Amino acid sequence: MRIKDIELLNTKQKSGFKRKKITKKLIIHLLLIMGGITMLLPFFWMVSTSLKENSLLFQIPPKFIPSPVALHNYPDAINTIPYMRYLWNTTFITVSKALGEVFISAFIAFGFARFKFRGKKFLFLFLLATIMIPGEVTLIPMFIMWRKLGAIDTYVPLILPAFTGSAVFIFFLKQYFSAIPKELEEAARIDGCNSFQIFYKIFLPNAKPALITIGIWSFQGSWNDLMGPLIFLNSYKKFTLQLGLSMFQSLHKVEWGQLMAASVMTMIPVLIIFFMGQKYFTEGIKFTGIKG
Amino acid sequence: MNKYKYRKILKKYEGYLFISPWILGILVFFLLPVGYSIYISFTKWTILGKPVWIGLDNYSEIFRDKSFYNSLLVTFRYAVFAIPLGMIASFTIAFILNSDIKGLSFYRTIYYLPAVVSGVAVSLLWRWILDPEFGLINSLLAMVGIQGPGWLSDPAWVLPSYILVAIWGAGGGMITYLVGLKEVPSSLYESAEIDGAGFFTRLFRITIPMMTPILFYNLVMGIIGSFRKFTDAYILGGAGNQGKFYLVYLYENAFKFFKMGYATALAWVLFMIILMLTLLVFKSSSLWVYYESEEN
Repeated sequence: MRIKDIELLNTKQKSGFKRKKITKKLIIHLLLIMGGITMLLPFFWMVSTSLKENSLLFQIPPKFIPSPVALHNYPDAINTIPYMRYLWNTTFITVSKALGEVFISAFIAFGFARFKFRGKKFLFLFLLATIMIPGEVTLIPMFIMWRKLGAIDTYVPLILPAFTGSAVFIFFLKQYFSAIPKELEEAARIDGCNSFQIFYKIFLPNAKPALITIGIWSFQGSWNDLMGPLIFLNSYKKFTLQLGLSMFQSLHKVEWGQLMAASVMTMIPVLIIFFMGQKYFTEGIKFTGIKG
Repeated sequence: MNKYKYRKILKKYEGYLFISPWILGILVFFLLPVGYSIYISFTKWTILGKPVWIGLDNYSEIFRDKSFYNSLLVTFRYAVFAIPLGMIASFTIAFILNSDIKGLSFYRTIYYLPAVVSGVAVSLLWRWILDPEFGLINSLLAMVGIQGPGWLSDPAWVLPSYILVAIWGAGGGMITYLVGLKEVPSSLYESAEIDGAGFFTRLFRITIPMMTPILFYNLVMGIIGSFRKFTDAYILGGAGNQGKFYLVYLYENAFKFFKMGYATALAWVLFMIILMLTLLVFKSSSLWVYYESEEN
């Protein structure tokens, strides 16, 4: 066999491989698109319902593209729920909690990651143990305690605990901080920085992906929380969106058009936050992984 | 000199300074309520009057309570079906996504979306989708001539309804598998390929064994998640008490019937169940979870 023949054979084989690879990729795309449509269909159905006149809701077979498009479900929902007030309440609670959970957890994590002190190992194990204990165990005593303090129907029970840090976030950030090179810290100390300055000048900026990641988690968790507001809030004016939505559906005759319009509007802020931070989100998770 | 000394003392205690908010939180929002809740669980208390000490009566009542067993069964059955199915779905999505094709981040975002928007809005959406007459699923089924089930209004179909919602949200668990899949050394696949190992051999002999730590993590989280399921169950409900998950039953006892003592005892039983199941999974892990460091 001449060299040229071998070369020819090689290229033939290669193009065969290539074709196989392309078919494989096509199949993957096809699978992903089919799965993706299934994932998105409920959302599509939600938006479609929110744009339908009541009479169109009960049509068989259902139409995905509503005609005529009924935009009035949105202003109707805003007026009946009352959406704007609940949006403000929810934003206030969620943002306050996120600030507390992110920065105070970082502060505490810095202490665990960068200092030696007696009992550190025990305290850190204790921290991990508290992650395992479901919050429901403390739910009722917390309710009774806040009731005795006259704090029921205020936002204090919802927000204040966030300012003592969250065990999961402390653990997550401690892992992140431990990987920041010691030299950075030492150089800053020589320049005369105290520990607090090192924390906010070096550690906080360096942990930006991690901070944004837990910021998103915190935002999502508080935004979507139902149990907390359900237990601690009584008056309609103070409700959050989640609580408002759940009351709306149990008090009124179910108006699916309006209800889906309100649901769409409740989801949008979380989606915006998620898309804004998405770039950092995967980076943050990738770093810590889950192996710890 | 003085300044130096001062610094040295500061350095010794600085760590405590930084963790002090957490210490405070543990005392006020953890140890105090935990202690208090042990006490409450031994009392009969309707919140208005004073708690009356009744010893272990709440606990013995729990074990005679038919509704307790019902909620336990509902939760347990859900866990048995939804956790494995959800894990398979998450893993499959991650497995397919773990290839070098265009538009990966786009797909990843779509599959992750259900996990982002959880909450009452999603539960309401599912109530509408599962509507027996005009919901999305039964309408689509009707178009091909199939009479769909009653879903949440039919006791036999409540569990499948919840499983369906869980699988739809499986993209949330995908992230951990994706991270894990990236960490499997490609040299393993290459040498397997040289040895002539096919797709399934590689999947079952390399990928899945290497992923067992992550499967383990998701199993533990799944068990805890089922026993803490609340929002879905509170909004979706379900005929014949088939949607009354453990936490919904606990919530009703505390805040509908104001049986504070009984509900707190239920919370402790919940804690014991989660603890036992987690320990069981941990104990079993040496049989099926592969840790790299053990080999080296």
